[in-house]
Amino acid sequence: MKLKIVAAGIAALFAVGVAHADITVGVVVSATGPAASLGIPEKNTVALLPQTIGGQKVNYIVLDDASDTTTAVKDIRKLITENKVDVVVGSTITPNSLAMIDVAAESETPMVSMAASARIVDPGNPKVKWVFKTPQNDIQMSTAIVESMLNSKVQTVAFIGFSDAYGEGWYQEFSKIADARKLKIVANERYNRSDTSVTGQVLKILAAKPDAVLIAGAGTPAALPQKALKEKGYGGRFYQTHGVANMDFLRVCGKDCEGTLLPAGPVLVAAQLPDSNPIKKVAMDYVGKYEAAQGKGSVSTFGAHAWDAGILLQNAIPVALKKAQPGTREFRVALRDALEGLKNVTVSHGVVNMSAQDHLGFDQRARVMVRVENGAWKLTQ
Amino acid sequence: MDLQIALLLGQDGIVNGAIYALLALALVLVFAVTRVIFIPQGEFVAFGALTLASIQDGKTPGTLWLVLGLSAVVAVVEIVVAARNGLLRRLAGALWWNIAYPIAVAGVIFVAEPQSWPLALQVVLALGLVVPLGPAVYRLAYQPLASASVLVLLIVSVAVHLTLVGLGLLFFGAEGSRTPAFSDASFDWGGVAVTGQTIWVVGASAALMIGLYFFFGRSLWGKALRATAINRVGARLMGISTTQAGKLSFLLAAAIGALSGILIAPITTIYYDTGFIIGLKGFVAAIVGGLASYPVAAAGAILVGLLESFSSFWASAFKEVIVFTLIIPVLVWRSLASRHVEDEE
Repeated sequence: MKLKIVAAGIAALFAVGVAHADITVGVVVSATGPAASLGIPEKNTVALLPQTIGGQKVNYIVLDDASDTTTAVKDIRKLITENKVDVVVGSTITPNSLAMIDVAAESETPMVSMAASARIVDPGNPKVKWVFKTPQNDIQMSTAIVESMLNSKVQTVAFIGFSDAYGEGWYQEFSKIADARKLKIVANERYNRSDTSVTGQVLKILAAKPDAVLIAGAGTPAALPQKALKEKGYGGRFYQTHGVANMDFLRVCGKDCEGTLLPAGPVLVAAQLPDSNPIKKVAMDYVGKYEAAQGKGSVSTFGAHAWDAGILLQNAIPVALKKAQPGTREFRVALRDALEGLKNVTVSHGVVNMSAQDHLGFDQRARVMVRVENGAWKLTQ
Repeated sequence: MDLQIALLLGQDGIVNGAIYALLALALVLVFAVTRVIFIPQGEFVAFGALTLASIQDGKTPGTLWLVLGLSAVVAVVEIVVAARNGLLRRLAGALWWNIAYPIAVAGVIFVAEPQSWPLALQVVLALGLVVPLGPAVYRLAYQPLASASVLVLLIVSVAVHLTLVGLGLLFFGAEGSRTPAFSDASFDWGGVAVTGQTIWVVGASAALMIGLYFFFGRSLWGKALRATAINRVGARLMGISTTQAGKLSFLLAAAIGALSGILIAPITTIYYDTGFIIGLKGFVAAIVGGLASYPVAAAGAILVGLLESFSSFWASAFKEVIVFTLIIPVLVWRSLASRHVEDEE
C-alpha cells in the first residue's frame, strides 16, 4: 500500500515536471488605447496560433499594455518573473517595444516585436542580440514610395504625418531617400491622431503646389488629410503608408481614396499574388484562418505580424528543443540562437533570412505597391 | 498668407470653436450646480456620434446595452432606497424612466429598423439613447457623494471617464466612423467656400445657446438651477431639490455633448476616445470663464478654436502645445485679478 502511495507521489511529481516542460510564450499587445486598431487583430491572431510545437504543449499568456510604455515594461517583467516565459512576443508599437528591450536583454529572454521601427533591431545596440521583429522597416517602404513617385514623374512632394514617433520616423526615412533621389519636399506638416480638423495644414500644402502628397498616418485617422485635400480641390497624386492597410480605412475614406498608392506587405493582396510566389500559400492560409474566426473582410496586415512571429517560433522552437528543456536559461539561449539562424522561412509578409546583423531578415519580396480601386486593394505592376 | 487663407482658417476656427463653446457651457453648468468637474463630458460627444453611425450602419448601438444596464441598476437602487424610507408610492416616475423608457427605446431599435429612417429621426433616436446616460451616471456615481469635496468629485470624474472610454472601445471598436452631412449645400461667400454642414454647426450652437439663455432666465427649472448654483443651502431652504437640480444639469450636459458629437461627425472621423481631447479644449475655454461665466467661456471657446486653426497653419507640430499653454497665462491673470479665498473645506 505504502509503495503505491509513494509511486503515486512520484508520478504526481513527474506530472508536475512535465507541466513545467510546457513552452510558455508571453504576448504583450496594445489591445486598448490609441494603438488598439493594431493590437486587437494581433490579439485575435494569437488565439489562432498552434497549441503544440515540436510535440510540446505551448501556453500563450496575453497581456494588454494599453498602448502605454510603462505598462508594457510592467507586463514584460511580470511575464518573465511570475510566468517564467521562454519567449516574449510584442509589443504592438515602437515606443513600447524599445522600452521592453532592456528587460528582455537583462533577463536573457528572446523577444519578437510586432512594431515597425528599424531602431528596435538596430545592430549597433548590444542588447538587440535578444530582439527580433516581424514588420518591415520603414526604409523599405519609403524606398518603394520614392521609386513609384519617380516612375510617375513626380518632382515635388508634400509630407503630412502624425505628430508622434510614427510620423517623425517616416519623415526621417523618407526625406533621406528623397534627398538622395533629387525629389523635392516642399511642405512638411504634422497633425494629431485625434484632430478634428487639418484645415491649416492642408492650406499650407495647397499653397506649395506639390505634384504628390504623402500621408504618414496609421488606420482611419490617415483619411482625414486626404478628405480635406480633396474637399479643397487638390488634384495631385496621393500616397499613404502601410499603416492604413485595413478595411476600416477604406470604409471611412470612401471614394476620396480612389487611386491612392501605398506600399504594403504582400498579405494585404494575398489572393492577387501569382501562384509561383511562395508567400501566397502562407498568406492565404492566414487569411482563411483569421476570416473563419472573425468574419469575412476582417483580416488586416497588423494581425499578420503576430502570425509571422508565430511562424518564426514554430521554426525555431524544434531546433532549441534538441538542446535544452523549456523553462531553463539554456532553452532561452538555444531559442535565441535558433531564431538568429532561421534561413528561407516563408511568412505571410515575405521571406525571412536572419543573421547576427539582421534580426528582421526581409528582402524586397516583403513589400508590394498597392492601389485603391473601387474601394478595394489592388496589386499594381 | 493671403486674405483667402485667413478667411478659411477663421471659418475653421469658428466651427471648432462653436463645438468647444457648447462643451464649455455644459462644463460650467455642471460645475456651478454640482461642483463636479465633468471630465466624462467628451465621452457623450463620442457616444452621440458613434451611436448615430451605428444606427445608420444598421448595427445595434452598444450604448443601448449601457442604457439598459445602467437604468436597471438605477431602478434597483431607487426601489431599495424607497422601500427603506417607506416612500414606495413616489416610485412611479423613477420606474417609468428607468424601466419602461429604455425598454421602449430597445423595442424601437429592434423592431422599427431605424436604418431606413430619415436623418432627423435617426438623430432624435440617437439623442434618446445617449441623453438618459447623463442622469443615470449622476444617480449612481455622484448623488451618493453630493456633499463630498471638489477633489473627491474630481477623482470620481476620472474614474467615470476611464470607465466610459473603456466601454466605448468595447461597444464601437478601435476604428472611427463618419456620418453623412446634414446638407450637401455649398455657398461661395467672397471667394471662400462655406459648406452647409458648417452653417449647421454654427447655427445649431447659436440656437442652443440662445435657448439656454431663455431657459435659465425665464423658466422655473432654469431659475432653480441658477439658485442651486449660487447657494445650495439657500436653494434647499426655498424648497428646491438639489438632487433634482443635479440630475437636470447632467441631463443637459449629456444632451449638449451628444448633440455636439452628432454635429461634427460629418466633418471629421470620430473615435471612441476622440471626445476626451474635444472635451479638454472645452475645459480650457471653461477655465477662461473661471468655471462660472457662460459668455466669457463661450468667447474663450471661439478663441481656442481660432488659436488652434491658425497655429495648425503656422506650426502644425506644436498646435496642441500652443492651445493648452493658453491655460497658463489665463490662470496667472485670474489668480492676480481675483482676491484669494481659502478653499471651502
